[in-house]
Amino acid sequence: MSEKNIDLVIIGGGPAGLAAASAAREAGLQDILILERDNKLGGILNQCIHNGFGLHTFKEELTGPEYAHRYIEKVLEQDIPYALNTMVVDISKDPNSDDKLVMAMNKEDGLFTVRAKAVVLAMGCRERSRGALNIPGYRPAGIYSAGTAQHYVNIEGRMPGKEVVILGSGDIGLIMARRMTLEGAKVKVVAELMPYSGGLKRNIVQCLDDFGIPLKLSHTVVDIKGKERVEGVTIAEVGPDRKPIPGTEEFYSCDTLLLSCGLIPENELSRQLGVQMNPVTSGPSVDERLQTNVPGVFACGNVLHVHDLVDYVSGEAAMAGKNAAAYIAGGCKNSSEAPEVEIKTEGGVRYSVPSTIHMEDMPDTLTVRFRVGDVYRDKNLVVYVDDTQLSKMPKRVMAPGEMEQVILVKKKLEEAGVTKGSKHSLRITIE
Amino acid sequence: MIKELTCIRCPIGCSLQVEMNGDEVVNVTGNNCPRGAEYARKELTAPSRIVTSTVRTIGGERDVVAVKTATDVPKGAMMDVIRALKEVEVQAPVHIGDVVLSDVAGTGVDIVATAENNRRG
Amino acid sequence: MLDVLIVGAGVTGCAVARELAKTKRTVKVVERASDVCEGTSKANSGIVHSGYDAKPGTMKAKMNLEGNRMMEQLSKDLDFPYKKNGSLILCFAEEDRPALQELLERGEKNGVEGLRIVEREELIQMEPALSDQVVAALYAPTGGIVCPFGLTIALAENAADNGVQFQFNTEVTKIEKAEDAQGTYYKVETSKGLEEARIVVNAAGVYADKLHNMVSNKKMEIIARKGEYMLMDKEVGGMVSRTLFQLPTKMGKGILVTPTVHGNLLTGPTATDVEDKEAVNTTQDGLGEVLAKAGLSVKQVPSRQVITSFSGLRAHEVGNDFIIGEAEDAKGFIDVAGIESPGLTSAPAIGVYVAELIQGIAPAEANPTFNGKRKGIPHMADATAEERAALIKEDPAYAQVVCRCELVTEGEIVNSIRRTLGATTLDGVKRRTRAGMGRCQAGFCSPKTVAILARELGKDEAEITKCGGDSIFLVGKDKENV
Repeated sequence: MSEKNIDLVIIGGGPAGLAAASAAREAGLQDILILERDNKLGGILNQCIHNGFGLHTFKEELTGPEYAHRYIEKVLEQDIPYALNTMVVDISKDPNSDDKLVMAMNKEDGLFTVRAKAVVLAMGCRERSRGALNIPGYRPAGIYSAGTAQHYVNIEGRMPGKEVVILGSGDIGLIMARRMTLEGAKVKVVAELMPYSGGLKRNIVQCLDDFGIPLKLSHTVVDIKGKERVEGVTIAEVGPDRKPIPGTEEFYSCDTLLLSCGLIPENELSRQLGVQMNPVTSGPSVDERLQTNVPGVFACGNVLHVHDLVDYVSGEAAMAGKNAAAYIAGGCKNSSEAPEVEIKTEGGVRYSVPSTIHMEDMPDTLTVRFRVGDVYRDKNLVVYVDDTQLSKMPKRVMAPGEMEQVILVKKKLEEAGVTKGSKHSLRITIE
Repeated sequence: MIKELTCIRCPIGCSLQVEMNGDEVVNVTGNNCPRGAEYARKELTAPSRIVTSTVRTIGGERDVVAVKTATDVPKGAMMDVIRALKEVEVQAPVHIGDVVLSDVAGTGVDIVATAENNRRG
Repeated sequence: MLDVLIVGAGVTGCAVARELAKTKRTVKVVERASDVCEGTSKANSGIVHSGYDAKPGTMKAKMNLEGNRMMEQLSKDLDFPYKKNGSLILCFAEEDRPALQELLERGEKNGVEGLRIVEREELIQMEPALSDQVVAALYAPTGGIVCPFGLTIALAENAADNGVQFQFNTEVTKIEKAEDAQGTYYKVETSKGLEEARIVVNAAGVYADKLHNMVSNKKMEIIARKGEYMLMDKEVGGMVSRTLFQLPTKMGKGILVTPTVHGNLLTGPTATDVEDKEAVNTTQDGLGEVLAKAGLSVKQVPSRQVITSFSGLRAHEVGNDFIIGEAEDAKGFIDVAGIESPGLTSAPAIGVYVAELIQGIAPAEANPTFNGKRKGIPHMADATAEERAALIKEDPAYAQVVCRCELVTEGEIVNSIRRTLGATTLDGVKRRTRAGMGRCQAGFCSPKTVAILARELGKDEAEITKCGGDSIFLVGKDKENV
């Protein structure tokens, strides 16, 4: 088996990996390799042919492939090497150095190991499956995750079904309600277990309302009929305990059930490497540099926490790439020291990325992103350092489907007494 | 009269309150940026959408290529656009920005490719 | 005229077929579904029972013991996954100890080796995840786990490689007894035409009664008894290392918690008699029962790690034993019926038993070219770095990952399609390679697998099915209906 030395290996050539690679190169790092499992750079954006991408990054509204193309072009211009159809099968720490050993394979090179000084994890996420949702009934053909249907319709020009019921109001499900309708299918209903949608409000307007597709909140699928191909599903209302209410069952005949019930970061490789995980996000716990507990291993994009907006992924990934370059250049001082700040999330704030801060490496401003656990109206996002209120921001609406953020100013933290070597907790809460 | 709308111009999805006087928009609040006011005026007078879909490609790496309307088209014309695309076939290679159909369904708007589809093999 | 027609390509039908391949006979297997292992054989616990459970002297007891003893060697000869992980039958109350003792004695009477009762202190060392309610257990070190698909497919492939014909999508509609100069034979009408055979082996699972009753006046009744299961992620597969059964309590018959031979955690089954012999649906109540009962055996049931649930139908005969033998009033018509648990374990022994029976009815010479060894599909996921490199060197398609959850490559999928009795459906590929069996449940790989199937079989993707019949994935092209 061949072994090569590369300074920075980026696992994943989707939006996160591309932005990380490009930013690392801009920071002066020469020796970079992107490993991509698919036959194309761009990741899942290639099948997201709807518009709405890039407003933050490019100040214009692009479709997924167009957005990806801009980053692909950049990576090509920067002449950053990449390998397609290449699967990473294992990552480990070299017991004799700080290097990481990345084992991968593809048809051209066979099985090979890359010895890397730093690694950026950018593997993305996968969709929650029917099994994970515990939907009873038969197991016929015609049950797809929304993303699989999206692949068929947008990449292959094939219809996975004619009469569709969608469970879950995640963005991909909403987007697919529109796509399937436009391509000639009848989307009968979107059922959502929770009392609020998991997707963006604009998608409910332009993907459901525009086409008169009903959204049934607090509803779920309780039975699937059909032995070979789906023949119909039964939907029932759920109570506050999310359990179906007997007597509310309603049968919908259909040949297809699409599932859009949440995304799960794909961290099998991270676990192999001993990266510490956050049980809320199912992604790694990271510090202000997006560095995991394994020095030289950074994470960004949907493998870190599931985003709604690719623009934020690009920004986050650029930071990871830049910091990885700095780590390799020896500019990262924090790797072994305990962080001064632990970020604690309370009062409906579910998690934060990052979750710790080393003051020495904190930039002048640091964006902390998180999600809330319920719908909140006319509340404030409040940040405390120990018992001192640092900031208070009024919010008209906050919902689990939309990521929130606070921007921390280093100077203000220092003024609040956070200095190198001290210990503080920073609380983000809703009041 | 006040109408409630969710702005769809960007993923923030601002909740807009639109004050109407008959068919005329008098005032818009709740928007974080000028695009929200613009959206409200348009949505309540002449609603429009960008339509994205695919068209068949001959000799490409993939059988279809993603396309969009170069600008928004009247909301009521969305299905007409799709029906027009049904008849379109393009020859690979197709590049982002290529016009694959001019003046789709009489809207005056062009259909442009939004993805690359290189020649097979 | 066939010497033997076997109806049903489940694990017993395939085991009989392989045994018969050892002799010079024309043997054909007809199967209603599009592949082997499509009925009860595909949806069960995957357990190689040690044999303590069945009543001494029954066919179940005899076949179980023999099957258990054969399994290890067979797994080597036919290259399918098997592991002797041992079983524990958990006792949850002091008052149930007599029942545990009784089970021990019954097992010893059946000839099960190494049985002993283990007390809580030792048990916790053996299985730290056990619940607080467990007071003692019967330990059966000869219990094991097996891949039910692996076993069935291996038996079928080896039978086919040694000359047995297999015909799928073929449903038996009518059987008539007939006579000619050589004696009795059977005219078997199928959905694919007429078959004639001297001997018919009825291995039709839950439909064995239907077949039997076509030729015999001594009516048989097979009840479909549903069992529902939940399969959990490999992340929790190591939670237990042995198969944990429950001693029946006043709450009824228990369920098991076991690692699978591929490293997942499996729990189930329920037991509900159903009218519809096609009712392989799971139910809210059934799945709820599985989770609740599993909680009796282990401290924490990792319900958030469920990756799929499924249900299977046991072919339960009212007499509660296997019915293996020539029908009384139909010479040459051999029932292999009521093969419920421990049917999977027993299958290899049933194969031998039925072959001997047939030899007694119509003797045949040994097949001198019989080769009892079969090489399975290489699995990149289980291979060492050296083995992986070697496979890729031989065929670079082994470096092209299709299913990332289970690390299944294009090489393996192509192998599964091109080999003897190769896969023709997505489920066929899945059972042979594990593509789509992982945590994403084929979300990412199914379009890729469908494309490979279409390419290899020279079909359009729209013709590829999940499991035959109308189980298509694609219903047309876009904009057809606008």
